[in-house]
Amino acid sequence: MNSLIDVSAHRDAVEIADGVYWVGALDPTLRTFDIILSTANGTTYNAFLVKGSEGVAVIDTVKEEFADEFFARLESQVEYSEIKVIVLNHLEPDHTGALPELMRRAPQARLYISRRATSMLKALLKAGEDLKYTTVATGDHVELGDRRLSFLHTPFLHWPDTQCTYLEQEGILFSGDIFGCHYCDKRLFNDLVGDFRFSFDYYYAHIMRPFKEHVLNALKLIEPLKLTQVAPTHGPILRERPRRYVTHYRELSSPALGHGIGDQEKTLIVFYISAYGNTARMAEAVNEGASGVAGVRVSLYDLQGGEVEPFVNLIEEADALLFGSPTINGDAVKPVWDLLSSLAVVNLQGKLGGAFGSYGWSGEAIRLVEDRMRGLKMNIPHPGIRVKLIPTEEELDECRSFGQRIAENLVGLGGEKAVLDFADL
Amino acid sequence: MAKAKITFEDIEQTVNVPAGTRVIEVSEKVGAGIIYGCREGDCGTCMMHVTEGWNNLTEPSVLEEKVLKENMAGRHDRLACQAQIIGDCKVKPA
Repeated sequence: MNSLIDVSAHRDAVEIADGVYWVGALDPTLRTFDIILSTANGTTYNAFLVKGSEGVAVIDTVKEEFADEFFARLESQVEYSEIKVIVLNHLEPDHTGALPELMRRAPQARLYISRRATSMLKALLKAGEDLKYTTVATGDHVELGDRRLSFLHTPFLHWPDTQCTYLEQEGILFSGDIFGCHYCDKRLFNDLVGDFRFSFDYYYAHIMRPFKEHVLNALKLIEPLKLTQVAPTHGPILRERPRRYVTHYRELSSPALGHGIGDQEKTLIVFYISAYGNTARMAEAVNEGASGVAGVRVSLYDLQGGEVEPFVNLIEEADALLFGSPTINGDAVKPVWDLLSSLAVVNLQGKLGGAFGSYGWSGEAIRLVEDRMRGLKMNIPHPGIRVKLIPTEEELDECRSFGQRIAENLVGLGGEKAVLDFADL
Repeated sequence: MAKAKITFEDIEQTVNVPAGTRVIEVSEKVGAGIIYGCREGDCGTCMMHVTEGWNNLTEPSVLEEKVLKENMAGRHDRLACQAQIIGDCKVKPA
């Protein structure tokens, strides 16, 4: 029977468990989502309906232009007057596009949102103080007579407002964007659709990866739950071995280097690029200085010998990053910027950074690279080293000392930090 | 110009700033752990905890008070994008 599922052929709700329905929409022609994501076969906007003995809950809605499909599926199962609860797990417009109209059609329904979603809800609805809603967090729940929806506070996955909703009796987790992917398949369930692993991993890499710490916090709440299905807001509903996806999220969010680097050891990477070998010599000296500090594992890479993506993976798990760039026409060189502009998918906050390089006339690259690292929320403990043309032995000593001081900062040997002056930042 | 010191406890960094500087301007430059969202006092993402020198930040505006309340802020929590430093203080991410 399931193999005949084709949700594109009708506008009815699709029962995913007893009294629980998918009322979402397919968007098969979408090729780019939110400017940054490629969507080879489109996406879905998943919304759900839960029928209880004393009322109905709607969990999330769809993008505005798909509202007709959403309402048609909703109407195939319930009257608007039966809707008692509207849960919004995440307020991005692709999930709240049909909300204003739903509220107009079901004015008696109470909205349930996370605490952080308040300002977004008001902005979305252009509403004032008379807007009625309930903010919820982990431990809160809403009853539908014989059924209970409980809430999990899972912020920053991938907005501050995100939460999950759990239907306790059935063990169904309505997970919002967590465990989602942009994959459009009219067969709807993970055991029936095509192989969507690439899309699942791609979605994680671009949406969840910068928030790994928050993913791990959310997993602490999710892993103990009985799970028969995970129903995300995009992509297939995960009813066949749902826990496999939870486990996969834990793997994706755990440090890959965990087995190779000791708990007490820190990693420092020196990236450089060099036109005449001068910045390369500085890089080697920096490497030498840093390598002398116990407890710091230092690696040296020439940017000309690698691709951006593997370097991004290295950077994600490193504790300190140093960049060596010559200055050409008043700027750092393109391979440096290519890497530094590819780091939005990883969290660099609090990592130590530094810059160095040889220059011919002006030497702006160092300051520009430092500013970029600050923009990435990194901490720059020492001003970078600029050398005019060929580094002298004294200047190479300075580079060694620079590497050593950064490495010492990493392992807490740097002594008390000097008080900085705002004007120097 | 009057000066003040702000310490970001999470990175153990102290900065001398001209009085009136917003916390956001300094914390981003030194790489402190406060996270920013809208940067205009609306989203509550940049909530920070003031561990010392609570009175050395400008008073919260009515709008900031409202956002703090909505985000269940604690007694000495402020929005880093709004608070201006007028005397010595110590802060950390909330």
